[in-house]
Amino acid sequence: MPEDEVRIGVFVCECGLNIAGSVDCEAVRDYAERLPGVALAVRNRYTCSDPGQEEIKKAIVEHHLNRVVVASCTPRLHEPTFRKCISDVGLNPYLLEMANIREQCSWVHLHDREAATAKAKDIVKIAVARARLLEPQVEMEVPVTKAALVIGGGVAGIQAALDLADAGHQVYLVEKEPSIGGKMAQLNKTFPTMDCSI
Amino acid sequence: MMDVGRHPRIKLLAYSEVEEVSGYVGNFKVKVRKKARYVDEEECTACGDCVEVCPVIRPDEYQMGLSSRRAIYIPFPQGVPSSYIINIEECLGVQPIACGKCAEKCDKGCIDFDMKDQIVELEVGTIIVAVGMEVYDPTPLDEYGYTRFENVITTLEFERLIDSGGPLEGHFARPTDGKMLKRIGFIQCVGSRAERRGNPYCSNICCMNTVKDSLLLRDHYPEIDITVFYLDMRAFGKGFEDLYKRSKDAGVRYVRGLPGEVKEDPQTRNLLVTVENTTACRLEEHELDMLVLSVGLEPREDSKTIQQLLSLSRTTDGFFLESHPKLKPVDTSTRGVFLAGCAEGPKDIKESVTQASAAAARAQIILNQDKIPIEAITPIIDYDLCNFCGRCARVCPYGAIVDVDPKRKVPPRVIEAACAGCGTCSAECPVGAITQRHFGDEQIFAQLEAMLGERPEEKIVVFACHWCSYAGGDMAGVSRLQYPPSARVIRTMCSGRTGERFILRAFTLGAPIVLVSGCHFADCHYINANRWTQRRVERLWDRLERASIRPERLQLEWISAAEGQKFARTMRELEEMRKKVTPEEIEYTKQVLAEKV
Repeated sequence: MPEDEVRIGVFVCECGLNIAGSVDCEAVRDYAERLPGVALAVRNRYTCSDPGQEEIKKAIVEHHLNRVVVASCTPRLHEPTFRKCISDVGLNPYLLEMANIREQCSWVHLHDREAATAKAKDIVKIAVARARLLEPQVEMEVPVTKAALVIGGGVAGIQAALDLADAGHQVYLVEKEPSIGGKMAQLNKTFPTMDCSI
Repeated sequence: MMDVGRHPRIKLLAYSEVEEVSGYVGNFKVKVRKKARYVDEEECTACGDCVEVCPVIRPDEYQMGLSSRRAIYIPFPQGVPSSYIINIEECLGVQPIACGKCAEKCDKGCIDFDMKDQIVELEVGTIIVAVGMEVYDPTPLDEYGYTRFENVITTLEFERLIDSGGPLEGHFARPTDGKMLKRIGFIQCVGSRAERRGNPYCSNICCMNTVKDSLLLRDHYPEIDITVFYLDMRAFGKGFEDLYKRSKDAGVRYVRGLPGEVKEDPQTRNLLVTVENTTACRLEEHELDMLVLSVGLEPREDSKTIQQLLSLSRTTDGFFLESHPKLKPVDTSTRGVFLAGCAEGPKDIKESVTQASAAAARAQIILNQDKIPIEAITPIIDYDLCNFCGRCARVCPYGAIVDVDPKRKVPPRVIEAACAGCGTCSAECPVGAITQRHFGDEQIFAQLEAMLGERPEEKIVVFACHWCSYAGGDMAGVSRLQYPPSARVIRTMCSGRTGERFILRAFTLGAPIVLVSGCHFADCHYINANRWTQRRVERLWDRLERASIRPERLQLEWISAAEGQKFARTMRELEEMRKKVTPEEIEYTKQVLAEKV
């Protein structure tokens, strides 16, 4: 097969009944399979589970997939999960796209299965369209200066500075006033232990 | 405090202020002004000989003005660094030397009237913001008589009066006559939980501080009658309820109700407090010898400077905004910068210390790595299209685009590590020369085409930012709020990414309604990138109107991550709007915009 051929695997998650309860996931899978660029469409009970992730990894290898669309929950939840999953078998993590058919579909259209299914298909279609154009990305790395600045020498700044310094790091503690101590140094005793502040 | 002064790996820069910060995570460059102390802090032994000869007497800030200090002074005996300082505004000895007595007296010759401010340049990988808070000034709450009656004091003044290191050396007495008192009252929520004057939030520490003060008084002066006027007593922390109970068991009287008025008896200087006791449902009058105003906390006035220096965000109450209120409570919108203590919001010592340790741990995640990866969502500039106008650099909230110079035709350069990936540069580029990694123009166009390829008249195009509006959409789902199935969402990191070209393409493809949504202004995760979103949408409204396209078809809404209700309601409202958009209107829009493009 040509090297630049887009081969997308679509994994439609039922999420138990969270998605399957109001979306016909088999219809979505069947629809996804016929979208341009899609090499494989699979339906899982829980895509994020270990078996679900194993299935993605196996499919990437066996079907030479070079893009993955997971139609499940919000990317705010499991994008890191699936990015790691696909990179485990050598696919660039940026070649993942998620289609949110749970938070923004099945859960908000609980009582209209037909409309929810139609919307889920549309969401998958949009995700596949984007996935076709995804490109591998290389994350740049920058060096780290091994020192920290703490601004403010009250109780919080003092604690942060001491923790960092005790852990072996160089710390610069900048205090605006002539002495550190902050407001706490003005207190007589402190709650709940009733001991003195300085 | 002593540990800081002694620690081999802590360089303390006291009496210093951060003036300039540049760079990015792992690589910050900081300029600090170390102000002249006029006393060599390394050499000074804090013997105090100089103080005896200083003729200038000024109110002592540490003692809340309740006693005096000289122009050369140490803020408090345990101060770190343990060194005197001259307040040069007050000193008589500078140019020309009119006094100079302290310099004559100092055997070690530590005093140097010619000392100058120094600029110290630092290079650091991470920054922790622990700038603390201010204490509320109760002057505006005139009904409590703080400025009129000497026996009305604040909690911080109370701390100094009862402290053995205070002006009374621990022999507590009232200010007007120096006599021991019999009756004392505390008024809670002074400057807190007030919608009109003061601050709307709870200051978190004042209830327990008063409980503590009541027990201190009980221990030392059991004969004093103590009354606390309160709205609600909030004793929510570990050991707090126990302390509150001890206070009540010790006979401290808690009256539910805040006084409406405080008067002074001119003869006795006693205070007459009128209060509605809302538990007993009666109006009461209390005669007290002293009244303590339990004042709340406020953000520091210089928070704005720090905010600008570090590109941080603040909530509407002025405290610094954390990345996530539950899951990233010490991170900020600028990577590598963390929050500790009251800078983030009012908190007690234990919480401040806990948060400081958390911030230190988060900072170490960065410091313990030799190199750190930067998410690949930075801009890509097409230098063949770029006309060096410099707009990208002007709109970048992070100053991550540099070098560009329209006069000398110098192209812009992106400092990838400083870029947070909002995409505003791309949206604002007048010649379309900038796109964004992973949120590319072609990808967004493809999404629009897929979305509006079939029956576009039934769809509502929603551009939502990752952090707030998209999360608000998720929240609507989590809360199972039902709304019509017409919305199709395109997620970008920030609403700043939503360029005119995407909105116009949506209309050209037959979209009846387009919504641009983002974080509320104070919540923007890219400092103020959504201000550009607003200006852009306003520009587009004008443009649509001039082209006889109803501007209402382009909607702008700020929806926070918590506002699932608002997201669902907006979707319902947009659906009503969508139904009113006629096929003729859509067709006309397509034609007009196709001609322009």
